[in-house]
Parts: sequence; C-alpha cells; structure tokens
Amino acid sequence: MVESRAVRIALRIATALAVSFLYMPLVILAIYAFNPSRLLVWPPTGFTLGWFGEAAANPAVIRAVINSLLAGALATSIALVLGTLAAYAVQRYRFFGRESISFLLVLPIALPGVVTGIALRTTFTTFGVDFGLMTIVIGHATFCVVIVYNNVIARLRRLPRSPEEASADLGADAATTFRRITLPGMRTALLSGGLLAFALSFDEVIVTIFTAGPGTQTIPMWIYQAIGRPTELPVVNVVALVLVLLSVIPVWLAQRIAGGEAASLSR
Amino acid sequence: MTWLHPRRGLQLRLLLAGPIGWLGVVYLGALLILLLNAFWTKDSFTGRVEPFSWTLDAFDSLITVEVYRTIAIRTVVMAILVTATDALIAFPIAYYMARIASARTRGLLVIAVLMPLWAAYLAKVYAWRTIIQGKGPLEWVLAPFGIAGPGLDEIANTWLVLSYLWLPYMILPIYASLERIPGSLLEASSDLGARAGSTFRRVILPLAFPGVVAGSIFTFSLTLGDYITPDLVSDTKFIGNVIYDNSSLGSLPLAAAYSLLPVAIMIVYLLVARRLGAFESL
Repeated sequence: MVESRAVRIALRIATALAVSFLYMPLVILAIYAFNPSRLLVWPPTGFTLGWFGEAAANPAVIRAVINSLLAGALATSIALVLGTLAAYAVQRYRFFGRESISFLLVLPIALPGVVTGIALRTTFTTFGVDFGLMTIVIGHATFCVVIVYNNVIARLRRLPRSPEEASADLGADAATTFRRITLPGMRTALLSGGLLAFALSFDEVIVTIFTAGPGTQTIPMWIYQAIGRPTELPVVNVVALVLVLLSVIPVWLAQRIAGGEAASLSR
Repeated sequence: MTWLHPRRGLQLRLLLAGPIGWLGVVYLGALLILLLNAFWTKDSFTGRVEPFSWTLDAFDSLITVEVYRTIAIRTVVMAILVTATDALIAFPIAYYMARIASARTRGLLVIAVLMPLWAAYLAKVYAWRTIIQGKGPLEWVLAPFGIAGPGLDEIANTWLVLSYLWLPYMILPIYASLERIPGSLLEASSDLGARAGSTFRRVILPLAFPGVVAGSIFTFSLTLGDYITPDLVSDTKFIGNVIYDNSSLGSLPLAAAYSLLPVAIMIVYLLVARRLGAFESL
C-alpha cells in the first residue's frame, strides 16, 4: 500500500506539530533562564547569564545538588548489582517462578508513583526508620533495578553462549567464567543501564517527597518548594534548565553506547 | 534439569537472594504494610496509627463522604481523557516514523521523542506553569485575538500538561507495533483489491491496537499516580493529592485505603491489556 501524496503531506505536518509541541516548553524554559527580569514576564527583556552565577552560589541549591548526586550514585550502584544478578539468573538458569521475576521488578514503576511513595513511607514510619538520604536511596534503588535489568537481559540474550561453554570446558568455575567472559561482554549494557538509572534517580520527585525527611532535599524537591517563592523564580528557571540537560545527557550517552536496546520505555 | 544439580541450585539461590530480598521482601512487604494500614485505627489523640486495631472506618468514609467519590471519578475521567488525547496525537507521528520517514529521519525522530520523555519531569511541569500563568507566553499569544489567558486554576490545564508529559510514552509503543507490520501483508491486502482506506482500517489499525493499549498502560498509570502536576497548574484535587495530603498530617488509614483504588484499577487494566496482546508491544 502506498500512501497518497495528500496523506503523506498531512502526516508530515502532524509530525512536525507533535515534535514542536514536545519541545516548545523546553525552549520557553531555556529562554526564561537567560531573562534579566526578576519577574516571569513574556516576552523577555534582554539577555543575561547572571542567574547561573546566582544559582551556583545558592547554598540550598548546592546542598540539594550534592544530595541528588549522592542519592543517584548510591541508588545506581545498588541497582547495578541487583539488576545484573536478576538478569543473569533469569537468562542463564531455568527455575520455578522465572516469569514472575520481571513482573516483580517492573512493579515499582508500573504502579502509580504515589502508591510506591506512600507504601515506603508507611513502612519506614512503622519500623521507626529515620528519614534521610538513606530512605531516599532505598526508594530510588527500588525502581532503578528494572532499568539495569532490562538493559542487561537484552544484552545477555544476544551474547553467544559458546565462549562461556568453552571457558567451562577449559576448567573455569562459574564465578571465573562470569568474571572473565560474561562480565566483559555486558560492559556497555551495564554502562548504559547505569546511566539511565542515574538519570531516572536524579529527576525523580513523586516518590522522593514521601521518602525524604524534613532535613533532606534533592534538587527536584528544591525546585518544587522554590516555585512557591516568587523571588526565587529566576534561579528556579536556571536550575530547571540544568536539570533538563543533566537528565537528558546520560540518556543520549546511553543511546550512543548501547544503540537501540537502551532507553526504551520501561523507565 | 539444572535445578537438580546441587551446585547450580546454590548458585541460583545466591544470585537471586539480593534481588528477591529487595523487591520481594522490602517492596512487596511495604505494599502489604500499606494494605494493613488501611484496616487499622488512627488514634485521634496521638495521631498515630495503632497496629492490629482492625476497623473499616477508612473505607466507610471513602464511600460515604461525597467528595472522595467525586475525586475518584474525576481522576479516572482525567486518565481516560489524557489517554485518548495522547493516542490521537501519537498515531500520526508514529505512523510517519514507521511507514514514511527514511531510515535516517526515523532514527532522529526516535531520539527526538525519547529526549523529552527523559527530560526532568518537574522542569517540564514548571515550564508549563510559566507558560500558562498570567503575563506568560500563552496570554501573550491569545491577547491579539481578544482571548483571556486561562490562569492557574483551570482543570483543563491539568489535562493539557498531563497529555504533554505522557505523549512520548504513547508514541513509542504505537511506533513499535506499526514498524513490525510486514510489508507483504499490506501488499496482499491491495492485491486482493482493498483500497488504501480499507487496508488501513482492516489491516493496519487492528495490528497497531496492541501498541495503543501498551501506551495507555503508561498514560493511565502515570495519570492516576500524579499529584504534583494538578498542584502546580490547577487548583483541582485528584486521588494522588488526597493520598499525599493525608499521608503525614491527615489520616494515614484513609490515604492507605484510597491508594488501593489506583492499584486495583491498574491490576484490572494490566490483566485486560495482557489479553489484548499489549505486552508484546511494550
């Protein structure tokens, strides 16, 4: 079937409109970040880089960025270990309940975020766990595991089994084979999975608000609170723009490293 | 029969201990505790929930207090509206990507859709807030036509912004399902005398439907679970807002009971989606 000329032109226009719709708010955000006015008034009155300096010197922003980086790094490390173990078990072993593993892993992102958030919060309260960076990390790691798992299992499916079998035939035990044959084969999948998990952790806010204590703020949480304070809005513009870039760059890198198998929908 | 091999069995247990311990025990355990809290009593004096003090009070107030019913219906209607809107916008672009664009353009478009999907959620909501609010770009565009801006208290803002946020989640599965349709099938259809219109209706649309259902899992679940967008761009409450408001200051049993509603909806939704073959398009 060949689409008629009119249909093709209509589809091209619809595509252009949809892409513009997707990018328009991000462009407006970028323009506002360079607007010298303290008030959010359209059109912008000029061009300045001043708010970037002000954002970088804001102690609350710095603390929030450090918290976000720490939470992202810790959650990603946990997700890398758990996601790789689960993917290796599911892909290389046959056992009862194998199909339900991926369902279990995807549950934290398949259920509405507010449910995961309040479930974790209630549990921490019930067991008297102090809220802080560690509770944030536990929440983030929970929904980051599936990202690593998806990347690693896609790679394991494509990795040929013969080198592993050869290694076993030559007398290597399972751990040595894993360390010297399988792990190097998964390296880029781990890298891209880790980048995506970090990106997800870095901008998560719906669950984070439930698992953070009163004293700990991540950068999206800082933005959420600062939106209510009109004098802070020029700094919010800058921080939001930087947050967009920091959440998109890892995804772009992951896409370059692992090609099509990365950055799929299952975030 | 690897599970009979003792060494393999031990290896498997070591491999799975961590992941199952974390997600099976900690996460499912957390969901179980949430479920239990829905049936426990809140001490009106200390404000703490008394474990194992069984009651159906929370469910009773959810059913009898009218505002909770209104909010539940509003949230589900919003999820349906957002899903329909995204399906309508997503289908043409997904079709263009899968069937018309060159390989190069297709690759670029996939990235162009992925980037906004991953871009920081809160930054996107905030960007819309600056667009919609008074003296913002929207008012500036509408002013020459003599139309007033909507301001930040319209429920339609939530519909617009949620549709924006989840659009990429709808485009990608539809694209994936369209891309998988073999060309030979379409040739067969036209060889058998079908015109373009009926090939579209009777071959392409049925095969793309699982993709739409797959996308709708995301648009539905994400809409049911969001409380930040409604808070930032309108003044209307949704299920998520009630859960959030009651989670620390109000009644935790009420929040727990209310959060069972989106879970139940999503479980039914996932079961139906699986029957419609949507899981292959995820």
